[in-house]
Amino acid sequence: MTTQQAPATRSAYPVYSRNIVQRLLVNRESAVIALLVIVYVYSLVNVEFFDGPLTTYNLFKEYAPILLMALPMTLIIITGEIDLSVSSTLGVCAAACGVMVKDHGLSMPTAIVLTLLLGIVLGAVNGFLVAYVGLPSLAVTIGTLALYRGLAEGLIQTDRIAEFPASWQDWPTERIGDTNIPNIMVPVVVLAVVFGLLLHFTSFGRGIYEIGLSSETAHFSGVNVARTKFLLFIMSGFVAALAGIYVLLRSDSVATDTGVGFELKVIASVLLGGVSIFGGRGALHGVIAGVLLIAVLNSALQLSNQGSEIIQIIIGLLLVVSVIASSFLPRVRELLPRRAMASGPSKAPNSGDESRKARQ
Amino acid sequence: MTDLRVEPSQQSRSARMLGTLLRSRELSIAIVLVLIVLAATARRSTFVFSGDGWRDTLLAPSILLLLAIGQMVVIVTRNVDLSVGSTLGATAYVTGKIFIANPETNVVLVFLAGLLVGAALGAVNGLLVAFFRVPALVVTLGTMYIFRGVLTNQIGNDRIVAGDIPANFEKLGTQQILTIPVLTLIGLLVLAIVGYYLHTARGGRELYAIGSDPDAAKLYGLNVGKRVFAAFVLCGALAGLAGVFSVARYATAFAGTGRDLELQAVAAVVIGGVAIFGGSGSVWGAAIGAFLLVTINRALPILGISDFWQGAVVGGLIIGSIVLDRVLMLRRTHQLVEARDTTGTP
Repeated sequence: MTTQQAPATRSAYPVYSRNIVQRLLVNRESAVIALLVIVYVYSLVNVEFFDGPLTTYNLFKEYAPILLMALPMTLIIITGEIDLSVSSTLGVCAAACGVMVKDHGLSMPTAIVLTLLLGIVLGAVNGFLVAYVGLPSLAVTIGTLALYRGLAEGLIQTDRIAEFPASWQDWPTERIGDTNIPNIMVPVVVLAVVFGLLLHFTSFGRGIYEIGLSSETAHFSGVNVARTKFLLFIMSGFVAALAGIYVLLRSDSVATDTGVGFELKVIASVLLGGVSIFGGRGALHGVIAGVLLIAVLNSALQLSNQGSEIIQIIIGLLLVVSVIASSFLPRVRELLPRRAMASGPSKAPNSGDESRKARQ
Repeated sequence: MTDLRVEPSQQSRSARMLGTLLRSRELSIAIVLVLIVLAATARRSTFVFSGDGWRDTLLAPSILLLLAIGQMVVIVTRNVDLSVGSTLGATAYVTGKIFIANPETNVVLVFLAGLLVGAALGAVNGLLVAFFRVPALVVTLGTMYIFRGVLTNQIGNDRIVAGDIPANFEKLGTQQILTIPVLTLIGLLVLAIVGYYLHTARGGRELYAIGSDPDAAKLYGLNVGKRVFAAFVLCGALAGLAGVFSVARYATAFAGTGRDLELQAVAAVVIGGVAIFGGSGSVWGAAIGAFLLVTINRALPILGISDFWQGAVVGGLIIGSIVLDRVLMLRRTHQLVEARDTTGTP
């Protein structure tokens, strides 16, 4: 019995068969961070104006919503679910906030609080359908993607709502002191720290990984699977609402197409950051590096007068290459002659995937 | 020992078929579709009873119909293809280019070219998913970006305009045989072939088997990689055909042709009762789903619901249909459990 258990344990935790230096440095997250640094340094040296003061500022200003929404998305994808509706939640929240302020004369703080509540409700709808009704999140959130976008269109119709109170507009995009960092990065960093702590240093966060590896096992080991998923979708709705308010204030307008297509950008960055689409694997710092990598590439290519399609091609290639690297190479490695310890690295994510799929 | 749990049905073949039809998931959305058409026609009789109305009712869904058929074949194997919109855009552009190079090109050749280009792009997806065994959602999200990016890079701000398209091809977009538009006829023909194949052929049944349990399918000895690859090639080819349709119908192609159609195709399939995690559903359902999605968009303004709420209605429809699937599945499970308990375990 014991002889059988030993290899099983080792293949379940293949990571610990390597020493700590390797574990910290040779993984997907480090690869993304290294790539980010390489691209950044290369752009600094070779791309004209990349070292200018506006580059960092614009980069953060433009990518703050993606960065925000990528945080809860990471947690959701680690549980093996997905939320495609974030961009529509963002759109409908921005629309609602605009309508409340301009058409109903609510003060900005009241409108913001109500908008955040709306985000929570919209997230809870997704969460309820996925966690308690047990529907597949891919299908549910394709539905709410259309539904919420439809609500936004119904709310503001052809109008473009604009001209919000100037004091509110300016704050998110003002620089912090003498730096090139806009104020919006303060809530972004706070939330990143909160989500980082939640995911990596609490039992709730460990539960998220367990659900991703096998939700049945998680259930039997005392994780409240349904509640965890429900809460994650609520967080996603809340953060999307926050991003919606930011987008509204940043561009001082909201239209029916506000935020269209963000969901795929967010998911692409999360996956690029080393999170497995099957759940159970990933880390928040990798995701943040993933978003920044896309952001840096984007601004470097823009500055060198490349069209936006080049960045699309690069995002696509990075996605395909990264997913091949993480799921195909381990199998190749398995086929090659190797030391016994390095065996079975691909087993853990695979088993998570299969049990998840079997449940659906 | 002599008790047979499963006995041959006492009912006649036609009675059984009728029973299956009445209980089918497809019938429920077909009824919704008919009700919507009836309601819209009652409000404004030209919705169906006029030359243009009749044609549009049949013609408008033809593009989404092809995409939904292809998407369904992929989804039934527990994969998904998000790149169909980009594939459609690419073949629409290639179609335009062929006509610019030689306006005299035979129309059949153009259709074949569309199919081939689409199949080649589908083969890229299929190769990545089936042979590198990487998750389809991620790969096709990636190829969606890549195909669209390369296309935009090639076209830039150009567009293929009506002047580039020869008149006989443009006419094909609205041509009718026995009042049924040619494009719809081709779509229905494809539907019949794929539907028949999935229902009866060994390959089709294997797709279902793979979708309900890939590991079991593999242990059983099915060539999972080959089948999944073929499914992606078919999906790409049909998206390619849809690209040719799109040029025939709108007489234009530009960098954004077909954008956002991928989620609509998935939505049509889901509305049609195909399980998003594979193994069940029929291509008939997906086709009715496509008709329903397009028709509802046309009917809502007539029913007095502002255009702006269309998205919300479509979203509600998607959610409603997956909730319905869930309820039906629970009921069926319940019935099976009951049947097991009453037939009596010894």
